[in-house]
Amino acid sequence: MSLLADIFTITAVSAGMFFFLAGTVGLLRFPDTLTRLHALTKADNLGFGLIVLGLLPQSPDVASGLKLVVVWLLVQLAGASASQLIAQFASKGGPPA
Amino acid sequence: MVEFLYVTAAILLLLTGLGLARMLWGPSPADRMMAAQLVGTGGGAIALLIATASGTTAIIDIALVLALLAAFAAVALSLGEPGTKQQDGSPNS
Repeated sequence: MSLLADIFTITAVSAGMFFFLAGTVGLLRFPDTLTRLHALTKADNLGFGLIVLGLLPQSPDVASGLKLVVVWLLVQLAGASASQLIAQFASKGGPPA
Repeated sequence: MVEFLYVTAAILLLLTGLGLARMLWGPSPADRMMAAQLVGTGGGAIALLIATASGTTAIIDIALVLALLAAFAAVALSLGEPGTKQQDGSPNS
């Protein structure tokens, strides 16, 4: 059972690392602002979610596992609204009226 | 397992640091804010990995704070004073 949990953790955390790598490469290599935003927000939030999913079997008790899920929810909500705000800022060249 | 988590956190730290090059290059303020968002999510993931590897659950709070600060930074960018920013990345007056 513990071996199974370890295998699951290694698989999910490695997949999360891959998506973080994709997000960083996209942020550095894509040609303009909106494509970079696309690469960063999607790939990074997916990587974060996979890392949290992989860490859940390793959490020592239920409370800290729930806390991991809460951090994940906060990152999802904050990332989604922040990407909308940044895209609005970038497309209008300034803060929205 | 502990070693794997620490190595993963180190690689993630390297990736987040590489992403900071975008904050240096710009060219627009939105690009710089994206690099700051990357520090928010990447730093949060590093904090969660270290919290699980070391068994110190208080480190999860650091991930919460980083995610919250990244969100506030994006809101502050979008609420900035009109007329004080240019899209071409030239220095603010």
